Amino acid sequence: MDRPSEAPGAATTQFRGISLASPRVMDPASLTEKISIKSLDFYYGSHKTLKDISLSIYDRRVTAFIGPSGCGKSTLLRVLNRMYDLYPGQRADGTVLLDGQDILSPKQDINLLRARIGMVFQRPTPFPMSIFDNVAFGMRLYERLSQSEIEGRVEEALKGAALWTEVKEKLNQSGLSLSGGQQQRLCIARAIAVRPSVLLLDEPASALDPISTAKIEELIDSLQSQYTIAIVTHNMQQAARVSDFTAFLLMGELVEFSRTEDIFTKPSDPRTEAYVTGRFG
Amino acid sequence: MTLYERRKMKNRLALAASSVAALIGLFWLLAILGTLLVNGVSSLSWQLFTDSTPPPGNTGGLLNAIYGSVVMSFFGILFGTPVGILAGTYLAEYGKSNPLASLIRFVNDILLSAPSIIIGLFVYELMVVPMGHFSAWAGTVALALIVVPVVLRTTEDMLNLVPDSLREAAAGLGAPKWQVVGHVVYRAARSGIVTGILLSIARVSGETAPLLFTALNNQFWSANMNTPMANLPVVIFQFALSPYEDWRKLAWAGALLITVTILVLNISARLLTSRSSARQ
Repeated sequence: MDRPSEAPGAATTQFRGISLASPRVMDPASLTEKISIKSLDFYYGSHKTLKDISLSIYDRRVTAFIGPSGCGKSTLLRVLNRMYDLYPGQRADGTVLLDGQDILSPKQDINLLRARIGMVFQRPTPFPMSIFDNVAFGMRLYERLSQSEIEGRVEEALKGAALWTEVKEKLNQSGLSLSGGQQQRLCIARAIAVRPSVLLLDEPASALDPISTAKIEELIDSLQSQYTIAIVTHNMQQAARVSDFTAFLLMGELVEFSRTEDIFTKPSDPRTEAYVTGRFG
Repeated sequence: MTLYERRKMKNRLALAASSVAALIGLFWLLAILGTLLVNGVSSLSWQLFTDSTPPPGNTGGLLNAIYGSVVMSFFGILFGTPVGILAGTYLAEYGKSNPLASLIRFVNDILLSAPSIIIGLFVYELMVVPMGHFSAWAGTVALALIVVPVVLRTTEDMLNLVPDSLREAAAGLGAPKWQVVGHVVYRAARSGIVTGILLSIARVSGETAPLLFTALNNQFWSANMNTPMANLPVVIFQFALSPYEDWRKLAWAGALLITVTILVLNISARLLTSRSSARQ
């Protein structure tokens, strides 16, 4: 399996049989804020589904959103690239700063925003075109590239998504011909081909088998040196394995946001403790 | 008789009734096709494709009518399809359920089931009267008006079948809406949209009433779109009701040609849809 570059100092520590995030996280000086969410409310029509959320997503760290179904974790993720804008009646109030700029402002160009923030969905969504064209789709939108540059970038993205060795002989085949796990890595390749700075992963492994899931998790590990990653997951083991920070949401409220090891070992809120120890959810 | 036996008996009765109904329907269909085959095949000859329609008592073919039908259907599809596809795209991707979209959808449904003679009369008033004569262009416009609602409806339906997750995935890469639709959604719905076009070709190739009021007929070869032009449905209509044996044979042959064309188009449409649904 291709793993282009190890994060410097990304040696993992073992905790209760789960590998936890790297020690470098411990050093507060190395943390810079990439996205800053301040008093965010979200409405589906008149129904309020996110209530006064404030948290920071740090540059080149993995932040996990966990919580029971319907707690608003996917909604929160979909605010970060304004995906909700596709649907009339959905609305966000508050401030979300990306590199200091308010992305909720009406002046924000949504398409440019989405080119800077890649997203991967729960179910693989390959486009009905060749593997090559799937990956090249996004980069062709905003950059004028020669054919050889495109080929180079496609190869780079597929290597980055640990898919290159499996598909390099059949780049002209339909993206739909791949297995589910491969399709999901194709979608990750498609997202990183645009060279975004943030990756949003919405339960990227929940529709996959255990082996494909393991590959996706390894991939997240190798991507975190270059990208700021926010991941929604149902699977607490997964949150513990891949993330540096964890936000626990319950019924639209942010119950606790902290370093992942704190959330899982010494949660400050009894509801967090009840959830991570499996007493509900 | 126990409850269970009564239930089984009811089942047998229902099965018998629906089978008989199906057989009645099938019988007439096969009777029509059979008669058409028997009379049509015996009237087939190479002359059909080399000679124009004859005066009574002479031998001839259907060349001018075949040409007229092909040309008018072709232009009708050419004009009607883009309007239908773009309007269907508006309904499925942009208008959705806003008042304008609802109005268009409602009007389109009426147009879809409007008797085609109304369309013929409309184009007669619109083009034939002001121009002072029947013409192949008028026939083309009438056929285009029949194509639009069929293509519009299938396009909207097929685009609605494309899952929103695909639109979100494309939008998530920063693609503006027109590229999401043009490069991703259309591709996903392509075979369905093509099926709609094939079905609309099948529909217009047998239309008689709209052409009767617009292109009328022409006994002679004509490729001038500004003059009346022969076409298969109107020739069949005229020849089938004539007292001349030769003309009636030509009408049978023409009817067979149209039926075979429609059959082929329908089968291709079916193959296209089944192949694309097997792929997914």
